[in-house]
Amino acid sequence: MRVMAQMGMVMNLDKCIGCHTCSVTCKQAWTNRSGVEYVWFNNVETRPGQGYPRTYEDQEKWRGGWQVGRNGRLQLRTGSRLKRLLQIFSSPVQPSINDYYEPWTYDYETLTNAPVQEHTPVARPRSLLTNKPMNIEWSANWDDNLGGAPELTQDDPVLKKISAEIKDKFEQTYMFYLPRICEHCINPSCAASCPSGAIYKREEDGIVLVDQDRCRGWRQCVTGCPYKKIYFNHRTGKAEKCTFCFPRVEVGIPTVCSETCVGRLRYIGIVLYDADKVLEAASTPDDRDLYAAQRSILLDPHDPEVIRAAEQAGISRDWIESAQRSPIYALINRFEVALPLHPEYRTMPMVWYIPPLSPVVDALTDTGHDGEDVGNIFGAIESLRIPVEYLAELFTAGDTNLVTGVLKKLGAMRSYMRDLNLGRPADESIATAIGMTGRDIEDMHRLLGVAKYDERYVIPLAHAEQGPGQEEFDSGCSLDYDEGPGMGGWGPFGETSGGSTPIAVENFHMLAARQTADTMAAPGSKDQRVNLLNWDGKGAPEGLFPSRPEDSEALHGPDGGGVGDDSPAVRDPRP
Amino acid sequence: MNALDILLWVVVPYVSLAIFVVGHYWRYKYDKFGWTTRSSQLYESRLLRWGSPLFHFGILFVLLGHVAGLGIPKSWTNAVGLSEEGYHAMAVVTGAIAGFCTLVGLAILIYRRRTVGPVFSATTRNDKFMYVVLTATILFGLSNTVLGALGQEGVDYRDTVSPWFRSIFYLQPRPELMAEAGVGFRLHALSALLLFAIWPFTRLVHVFSAPLGYLTRPYIVYRSRDAQLGTRPVPRGWERVGGGRR
Ligand code: HEM
Ligand code: SF4
Ligand code: SF4
Repeated sequence: MRVMAQMGMVMNLDKCIGCHTCSVTCKQAWTNRSGVEYVWFNNVETRPGQGYPRTYEDQEKWRGGWQVGRNGRLQLRTGSRLKRLLQIFSSPVQPSINDYYEPWTYDYETLTNAPVQEHTPVARPRSLLTNKPMNIEWSANWDDNLGGAPELTQDDPVLKKISAEIKDKFEQTYMFYLPRICEHCINPSCAASCPSGAIYKREEDGIVLVDQDRCRGWRQCVTGCPYKKIYFNHRTGKAEKCTFCFPRVEVGIPTVCSETCVGRLRYIGIVLYDADKVLEAASTPDDRDLYAAQRSILLDPHDPEVIRAAEQAGISRDWIESAQRSPIYALINRFEVALPLHPEYRTMPMVWYIPPLSPVVDALTDTGHDGEDVGNIFGAIESLRIPVEYLAELFTAGDTNLVTGVLKKLGAMRSYMRDLNLGRPADESIATAIGMTGRDIEDMHRLLGVAKYDERYVIPLAHAEQGPGQEEFDSGCSLDYDEGPGMGGWGPFGETSGGSTPIAVENFHMLAARQTADTMAAPGSKDQRVNLLNWDGKGAPEGLFPSRPEDSEALHGPDGGGVGDDSPAVRDPRP
Repeated sequence: MNALDILLWVVVPYVSLAIFVVGHYWRYKYDKFGWTTRSSQLYESRLLRWGSPLFHFGILFVLLGHVAGLGIPKSWTNAVGLSEEGYHAMAVVTGAIAGFCTLVGLAILIYRRRTVGPVFSATTRNDKFMYVVLTATILFGLSNTVLGALGQEGVDYRDTVSPWFRSIFYLQPRPELMAEAGVGFRLHALSALLLFAIWPFTRLVHVFSAPLGYLTRPYIVYRSRDAQLGTRPVPRGWERVGGGRR
């Protein structure tokens, strides 16, 4: 047994309202730079829908992840190492910018510079790649809330796998949201396909990162990741990905997406797993056994045997205790309500999901039944097989029994807790029907319904008793790093040369540059683009508001008339 | 032999090679972040699909050809019984095919650079200059091969260019040999020397990170977290326990 710790996340889909707060805050923190305009480390998809990038789940087309070869051995879907090296000069299957979307901004300047005219001036969209005017035809979220259905939803690769008659009903009845980040897989195919070995998994917490100094821009990882969560920074020529907000997690704070999630539906914690069993589990022949296989490599943190092995492996006491309190472990292995996203990709993903029950309850209530009566719910889950098939394609490689089991647990929990809330005696038979005890149900309800911050996020500190100088406990000077000061610019070979600038520093400079830029849509330098999405409301970017016309003096006369000259309203029309 | 010859065939080569070597060392040390292919496949792949493999496989063969033609003395091939005509036929045929592939690939790449909007916007001045020098070198080289095949060529380059090239590395340069070589060869050599001098400062550095290690390394790379947390160096007196001695 070789024990390793792995940081993971569980999202409770019932609570996601599709507000995209997580995506926006993540973008502000990490991908608010040119070169990654099109990149969303966190995105929220409406299902059914094509996803982002379009139809990324169709692995016949995109060839991401692993497969079991004819010899029974695990192999990247793109083929052998030699084959991939021979194809390195032009990757056969790599999503192009159009599969994501062409990023754009607006010609805001025309709004303020346009001469007096009959019609209101319009800010036209301009491509951020070419600076030319463009038509907006797609985006990261074009089919949000089933926009464009049914034409667009037809191409949903998951929907394609379930039968035609079910499909139609599905489109009339349901939708739900699927927030996605990098899965920080236990068996990451992105890392396995990187020719330079620049993508690595951290021994301490399993976070998967790209070493920006070792990445050589071979862009094989983009194809390798089946979730398409590796993005190519087209400006620096390097791959970038979700970092699990490691600078925050190291000091015990949850990721930005979790911290800001409106539904408070994200849970973060660690699990212990047996690294010796990963390959065997990932090579399980039948896709449908992969869920069980992945659960089987997770170790019980209360088992004395495991604790001893963990200590031998150098995992510290507080980490083991965190693993014991881990909400992730509880949801995955104690309550068994969380499921992995697409286990059939065989990367052993570590962001799991509690499938949504609400469509069933809503549909039931619409038909005039009591949506929270346990008999009704169980019946409905069985008969309304529609979302179950779809959910099964997402979370269990098509095994509907597993999904039904989870949905029953969630339904039973509602019924059981309703009795308690209404002061009725607990109905233990509800608990036995799903193979749990009343105590389990109450614990699960607490974790899903009322858990506070410190129960939802059990994040052990990284072991570096550093005190000051850590990213978020900011007491040091932001210029104190290797090549600083003088950062924010590029090295001697123009764009993209020189040491990599810490993202926080780059963002700071970009914001400062934007706020003082005098052009809007197409400034000469790409790091001065003004994008209203990125404007934090502080300060007024030059040109955002019309400057005071020179001739206003004439209007008021030199000594002022009407409003006094000193009045701030006249001197500075900006907020 | 005059001063110009010494300048062109002794001074320039050494300066160029020195820049090549020291430049790579320096760039690797100070600009690992800039060391990348800067792939443009995200913008466009239909043309790249043809251009890039044609160009790359072509140029790698051309490279092999140069190693053989410049590195292996005539006496060696004679010794193994390869006749003059036989050697030339082989060199000219493979050289012409590889060179032609390279040229077509290069043409497609340059056409793509110029006509595909996003690729053009992402082309830096550095790229343009590199492309000019690279294209010139390839054109001069290929024209030598073609002229050679047509029998237009005066002196056998294996009696002039190759010994001169090797003499540079023996540190006993023989500029007089180059003075005898044809104009085509001299131009080709000069543009190549210029290419070597700018090489470390362009995207061509990616050649030196050709990922051969990939064939043997384990699939998944594990790495311990950096001793340093966050992006800042540890302030003095706050080193990790046990970390200061590493
Ligand atoms: C030794 C192995 C080599 C490998 C693995 C390699 C790989 C690559 C890759 C992956 C790209 C990016 C293509 C894209 O997606 O846009 C590229 C571009 C390029 N390579 Fe190489 N390369 C090698 C050798 C060379 C050599 C020997 C030369 C020339 C002397 C060369 C010149 C170029 C040029 C000019 C480009 C830019 C193409 C363009 O986008 O216009 N490469 N290379
Ligand atoms: S989901 Fe993340 S860790 Fe898994 S293969 Fe993709 S990029 Fe790598
Ligand atoms: S912030 Fe939370 S509720 Fe809003 S879209 Fe993201 S995951 Fe869903």
